[in-house]
Amino acid sequence: MKYTSEYREAALVQGVMEEIRRTVKHPWVLMEICGGQTHAIMRYGLDQLLPPEIELVHGPGCPVCVTSLELIDKALAIASRPEVIFTSYGDMLRVPGSGRDLFSVRAEGGDVRVVYSPLDAVKLAQQNPDRQVVFFAIGFETTAPANAMSILQAKSLGLKNFSVLVSHVCVPPAIHAILGSPNNRVQGFLLAGHVCTVMGYWQYPEIARLYSVPMAVTGFEPLDLAHGILATVRLLETGQVEVVNTYGRAVTMDGNRPAQQVIQRVFMDCDRKWRGIGMIPASGWKLRPEFSELDAEQRFSVGEIQPEESPICIAGQILQGLKKPHDCPAFGTLCTPEHPLGATMVSSEGACAAYYRYHGSIQEEITK
Amino acid sequence: MCLAVPGKIIEIYESNGLKMSKIDFGGVTREACLEYVPEAKIGDYALIHVGFVLNLVDEAEAQETLRLLDEISAAGGSAPAEL
Ligand code: SF4
Repeated sequence: MKYTSEYREAALVQGVMEEIRRTVKHPWVLMEICGGQTHAIMRYGLDQLLPPEIELVHGPGCPVCVTSLELIDKALAIASRPEVIFTSYGDMLRVPGSGRDLFSVRAEGGDVRVVYSPLDAVKLAQQNPDRQVVFFAIGFETTAPANAMSILQAKSLGLKNFSVLVSHVCVPPAIHAILGSPNNRVQGFLLAGHVCTVMGYWQYPEIARLYSVPMAVTGFEPLDLAHGILATVRLLETGQVEVVNTYGRAVTMDGNRPAQQVIQRVFMDCDRKWRGIGMIPASGWKLRPEFSELDAEQRFSVGEIQPEESPICIAGQILQGLKKPHDCPAFGTLCTPEHPLGATMVSSEGACAAYYRYHGSIQEEITK
Repeated sequence: MCLAVPGKIIEIYESNGLKMSKIDFGGVTREACLEYVPEAKIGDYALIHVGFVLNLVDEAEAQETLRLLDEISAAGGSAPAEL
């Protein structure tokens, strides 16, 4: 398919890997922030093609992994109500709350449905005027334009039976939290391409300079990832603290302005708790007061929730690049994708699940 | 979750007051909202995420990147320094 297969050509990927080998002189720790990239790196075995000097650590860019346990528990409580049709992106269904997940709510008779687009949830509300349709609005900046538009749409249609449970998270504050930590190991960043498609990348040069950490806006295909790694290694080896764009076919400095305007109209900054990491100031988006009648947390009072996290899980340290999935005593034994203890084992984009599925062999051959 | 997939716009229309489009993903067709890229035309390639077109793929940039990586890959040690 156009704009896909060209970026999976083995010879080209190998050639760029060869150039990375020639370029690298020192050991470097790079972080890919986005879970989609973690998944692609494992799927194509790119980490095993890299020279030993380069270590990839895996960032918190998987919204399924970082949505707080309190919020998952709230989702479970709302989804259990008989009048509710609870809608969500598919990945959220298996995320363990304190003791159960959305799948078990469904097995107990709850009406939990997977939607492809948030506009499908709006349609469901139109088609089911006697039911309450709740949409679990999670995601990073990439997903926010879609979620925001569905909220505007529901409001302009005057739907009284549609509401959203919002848990939006943003990338730049997470990078600040990681690089500002005294334990930080990350020396270079692969920036999440599709987040930058929406937001542009003008925010990042300042962050790069503040921590002296170069960055490359990076895409998702094997060739894109190799390109982003090469660009970051070149900057590191020449001591340049810059942000380069290696994903020019999808990303501009300014991003998508109309999308940013709609996000601004619907959402405002808020402090947000990240699962496993904790509170990061101004790291999320919540509904503006004008939209509070669409807020599921206000429509359904779910009471005080005391979440219980598995004491074994070290997902928080993995998401900050401090540990790898293999360092967890439960990895592959007590904790597997069938019986996940933590969120990074649930989503195919979580580092633990990606390691469990792919590590040890090049599973998906890049096209010859 | 943040994966956006490239596809070709094959139809543009309005539904429920929103600008919508049909996208061809190599044979599979899906609907995507076009509100954020109103300048899009039939035949354009776009990146689609959870039922929304996020932008148009920049053909010239795509060509240029591939040319550069081709050179690096073929250079065997004397690759251009620009990236
Ligand atoms: S393997 Fe399971 S328990 Fe261990 S860190 Fe990963 S998700 Fe948590």
